[in-house]
Amino acid sequence: MIKRTHFKPSLLPYLLVAPQIIITVAFFIWPASQAVYQSMLLEDPFGLKSELIWFENYALLFSDEIYFSTFLRTVVFSSLVAFLSLSIALLLAATADHVVRGTRTYRTLLIWPYAVAPVVAGTIWMFIFDPTLGIVSYFLHGIGYEWNHRLNGNQAMALIVLAATWKQISYNFLFFLAGMQAIPKSLIEAAAIDGAGPARRFWTIIFPLISPTTFFLMVMNIVYAFFETFGIVHAVTKGGPAKATEILVYKVFNDGFIGLDLGGSAAQSVILMLIVITLTVIQFRYIERKVEY
Amino acid sequence: MIEQRPVAAWFSHTVLILGVVVVAFPIWITFVGASHDAIRMTQVPLPLLPGDQFFINLKAAFVDGVGNAKEQSVGIMMFNSLIMALMIAVGKIAISLLSAFAIVYFRFPFRMMFFWMIFITLMLPVEVRILPTFEVVANFGMLNNYWGLTVPLIASATATFMFRQVFLTVPDELLEAARIDGAGPMRFFKDILLPVSRTNIAALFVILFIYGWNQYLWPLLITTDKSMYTIVMGIKQMLEAAEEAPEWHLIMMTTLLAMIPPVLVVIGMQKLFIKGLTETEK
Repeated sequence: MIKRTHFKPSLLPYLLVAPQIIITVAFFIWPASQAVYQSMLLEDPFGLKSELIWFENYALLFSDEIYFSTFLRTVVFSSLVAFLSLSIALLLAATADHVVRGTRTYRTLLIWPYAVAPVVAGTIWMFIFDPTLGIVSYFLHGIGYEWNHRLNGNQAMALIVLAATWKQISYNFLFFLAGMQAIPKSLIEAAAIDGAGPARRFWTIIFPLISPTTFFLMVMNIVYAFFETFGIVHAVTKGGPAKATEILVYKVFNDGFIGLDLGGSAAQSVILMLIVITLTVIQFRYIERKVEY
Repeated sequence: MIEQRPVAAWFSHTVLILGVVVVAFPIWITFVGASHDAIRMTQVPLPLLPGDQFFINLKAAFVDGVGNAKEQSVGIMMFNSLIMALMIAVGKIAISLLSAFAIVYFRFPFRMMFFWMIFITLMLPVEVRILPTFEVVANFGMLNNYWGLTVPLIASATATFMFRQVFLTVPDELLEAARIDGAGPMRFFKDILLPVSRTNIAALFVILFIYGWNQYLWPLLITTDKSMYTIVMGIKQMLEAAEEAPEWHLIMMTTLLAMIPPVLVVIGMQKLFIKGLTETEK
């Protein structure tokens, strides 16, 4: 889209877009195309020689049981994080929207974990659940439950889900609350006059009306759980024990920088890019349709 | 108010207070941990109430330094984080304002091509292309300096998109009036477009500051020189350095210091923060 009135063509617009285009090409388009190219190479770890093998890296990945289980694990992890943080945030937003006084105070007290870096969140939760020192593991021990996320894979998964969910609640809460406050009060009042109680009003009016927000948040939460949780995994479990918490983005990093399997890591990068592009397209198609509401 | 339902009101407040407590609990534990000495932090059960060592630990973090060799001052790491956050925020806003201005207000060959080139960067986070991007940065000799830390993270379309949306809502009459008064494109940009979009700029600044401050994987790869560590990755180095017996009181102090600036920004500029969040992402 362009303005109806605009400036005559000159050299100026090229100069204006130049900084962004240069940075985008140098640090985005070029590296991304390198990733695609590298994903078709077989390289020795020292980078001395390489051989073009086309899609063999992908074929290897798709026939690799470890990759498949990592993929599955990532899906489980993302769904858990998205489901938990969305439902907790929805409950908090609905109650904050319902109370007569204090909505702003509650909002202030609930939104700030957004500002905490994932790795910082991970460090704190790791401390709270430290097998020997942690305050929660101490209480769990007291009631006869042994907590050791360094040995128990399921507990390690539970811990990173917890840390990732904790951090994401504030983001979801904010969007849900904004969505609910945009609903005209007359609708809610009309339903109240017809005798619908708070729970009924929520399920029959508020929840359907905020469904665009819910959908948007679902996509954003999956993207968050796929990529931004790297810091949490790296700080808390390093993918262990025995790869029980290795998610896709961590495996790209681990195979590329630690394992030096450049081709395999690049192929994984490309797959991740395709996943993000798909999610973006879904998001945009949906936003276009939303205009009809 | 719609109706009087004491039970529903009580239920709501109970849920919210529980939520606030759960959200705040980790931070309370961090604060408590930062206020005890090393010995207390190895005794089970750990304290739930703050001790009296807070300022001693604060001094230790800033003056004596933290980590294995006690050589890293938290002050230097916070300074690096601040520079990084500011450079990312200012850089991204500057280049996005210019390119959005060009795309909205000029008709020129390849306009749509440039637009799509920027568009494809919209959602791909740096995590999925780390290896090749790292190679590019290394080839440019940008390892271990502020440019390498920030410039690759500036390549993203979200800000350009937001400014494009904002500029499209600016009435055409403003440009016509400016033209009649004899203003050229840059004059129009500086005297009209920038002032009308200043709240959007401020809102975006808040979001980008937090984004930049909280970067982790990228600084982890780019910096090997301790004087370039940012505080968020510094915490991880501290954990790693002390795998056997972590100095939890200093780690918790550093953790607390790492989250104070962005948390203050969110709480202090709540209106701008919410505006920025809802406008850049939708």
